[in-house]
Amino acid sequence: MKSGTAVHTKELSKTDPRVKLIAAKMKKENYKPDALIEILHTAQNAYGYLPKEVLAYITKALHLPPSRVYSTVTFYHFFSLKSKGEHTCLVCTGTACYVKGAQAILNEIEKKLGLKAGQVSADDKLGVQVARCIGACGLAPAVVLDDEVQAKVSPDEIIKKINIKIGTV
Amino acid sequence: MNRHDLKTIIYAEKTKEENNKYRHKICVCCGASCISSGSEEVMKKLQEEIKTRGLENEVEVVPTGCMGPCNQGPLMKFLPEYNIYQKIDCSNISAIVQSQLTEKKPIEDLLLFADSREKPFLDAQEDPFFKKQMKIALRNCGHINPERIEDYLVHNGYQALDKVLFEMSPEEVIAEIKQSRLRGRGGAGYPTGFKWETVYKYVSDQKYVICNGDEGDPGAFMDRSVLEGNPHRVLEGMAIAGYAVGASKGYAYIRGEYPLAIKRFELAIKQARKMGLLGNNILGTSFSFDIEVRIGAGAFVCGEETALIASIEGKRGTPRPRPPFPAESGLWGKPTLINNVESFAAISPIINNGGEWYSEIGTPKSAGTKVFALAGKIKYSGLIEVPMGTTLREIVFDIGGGMQNDADFKAAQTGGPSGGCIPAEHLDVKMDYESLVSLGSIMGSGGLIIMDKSSDMVDVARYFMEFCMDESCGKCVPCRVGTRMMHDLLQKICDNKGTQIDLNRLEELAVYVKETSLCGLGGSAPNPLLSTLRHFRQEYENRIVKHD
Repeated sequence: MKSGTAVHTKELSKTDPRVKLIAAKMKKENYKPDALIEILHTAQNAYGYLPKEVLAYITKALHLPPSRVYSTVTFYHFFSLKSKGEHTCLVCTGTACYVKGAQAILNEIEKKLGLKAGQVSADDKLGVQVARCIGACGLAPAVVLDDEVQAKVSPDEIIKKINIKIGTV
Repeated sequence: MNRHDLKTIIYAEKTKEENNKYRHKICVCCGASCISSGSEEVMKKLQEEIKTRGLENEVEVVPTGCMGPCNQGPLMKFLPEYNIYQKIDCSNISAIVQSQLTEKKPIEDLLLFADSREKPFLDAQEDPFFKKQMKIALRNCGHINPERIEDYLVHNGYQALDKVLFEMSPEEVIAEIKQSRLRGRGGAGYPTGFKWETVYKYVSDQKYVICNGDEGDPGAFMDRSVLEGNPHRVLEGMAIAGYAVGASKGYAYIRGEYPLAIKRFELAIKQARKMGLLGNNILGTSFSFDIEVRIGAGAFVCGEETALIASIEGKRGTPRPRPPFPAESGLWGKPTLINNVESFAAISPIINNGGEWYSEIGTPKSAGTKVFALAGKIKYSGLIEVPMGTTLREIVFDIGGGMQNDADFKAAQTGGPSGGCIPAEHLDVKMDYESLVSLGSIMGSGGLIIMDKSSDMVDVARYFMEFCMDESCGKCVPCRVGTRMMHDLLQKICDNKGTQIDLNRLEELAVYVKETSLCGLGGSAPNPLLSTLRHFRQEYENRIVKHD
């Protein structure tokens, strides 16, 4: 989405329920540009990430320059321009988790699964991410596996759980 | 709904509560932490158990917000006995119910802290974990169902809003808050009453109230627990603020990482609107006020007020120079009041009990109570609220039960990436704004991480610097470049490759970044480095390559 050049993207299907969801949200927000972040939240929840064509669609509907949308998307950690993987493993690296060994968990994941934070496996099965703090400090070290918080986990345990998720065991 | 209708509802609810048909109340903690430990399953099993025993008419089961000792979850509390059970295993529920309700005695082995204290306290209120605390902001957290507005109404909910609307002028409300000497609980500690007064004085056709719930410090979960456990309290505080400063619109900016807090706050807004406690002509008066939720998208810098405002406007969350302060020109250029979640949570008790009452709690300069998120290498981590001026030693050893595995206390980190580390020789420091600053740390929003000797302080400084480097928005050079340079130098020292020159340069850079950054993120980014250098310099020296 470089500024100055036309954006060539696939047309979105108007009957796609995800598109309908975004359309409804934009209508509810009255197409106000200041609701951009709210609308991006809706889109990311629907798709799991923000595909280019979806951004183009939102850009057009809100009458915003593409640069404004792109700069907002890339500013916030929550938004992602590429798929986060079918299953996600989110390792909390907040202070309490850091003190209790979050790095050891990340090291083990890298050693056993060959994935660093921010990477997605080649088959798109698993994505590994880090969170600044999920606010579950009493449960440190914590890992969120597909929206489910795994409390007080050891590196070994989490590898086992991941393997069960991605079906390699 | 007008004032009379509200009184009728409260009266009806109170009568129901007083003529309680239930003999027992069982609270199950449904804070985010306990849910992660499986409390929803416990709730389901407990309800089934009560049904099987045919006790539905005698026992009330209530899902509540955070009870406090988060690492002991899931938690279950029997009232009126105040027996709290920890780490509930669903297979034990039947036995617990049998013992509590039929045999009328608790199962001691399963009570809170039974596995770590010689003898658990039957009445949990007697346990040092609770006894040393004083709950004002967290008062009803863990007692009421946060998803029912009626529960809040019974516990004096919206009485303060009623009082200000019918008995007080905006000036009187501000005077009351000033008298309470409440200071901003977000970290900086600016006197709340003065902030309100400044916004009040600006004349404008539109003003805004913003609740800052972008709790970004790693290791902090106070705001989350308040929003999850008692959302109506925050909402009431915002409405009172709106009345005092003359605003008709409020925004609650809540972190996207807190889906449960967002859900409960949105529900609270809906319920309050339905009862006429939000919206046009609140309680039949001429005062109108409504609140919208804005979801944060994961940027630490958005906790800074001008960045937060930019984010609400749908833009990149970058800060701008102040003045003008938001009180003069904030959201869409209008006078805007921004307070933290915990500050708003303190408002209604101040109105109900008077500013003088609040000002007498705590220390002369820091009045009231403070919520801390206690975590790290401590026996009992969780959410606590203590009067300002409580010593760190009391928090760690009395409330927190001491160090995990009885290791030696090494340091306590306060204030997150903007704060610093307090070493063992200062364990008797009073936890208030000034005392912490004098030790090179800050109160911050209330994250309190306890470390033992397994924590390498140089690496701790590197960890926080990495955080600030990643979170720097990039707008101003000192922060964007400075945090990167400091991080690289710290990494070099961590790798045992640093020299005395590197250490000198670090100290020099720290001062530049601190003094020339645009906003608080850069301005406080060197704090963890400076405070570890001040209290643990030897650890840096030991890492340095010495040239003969």
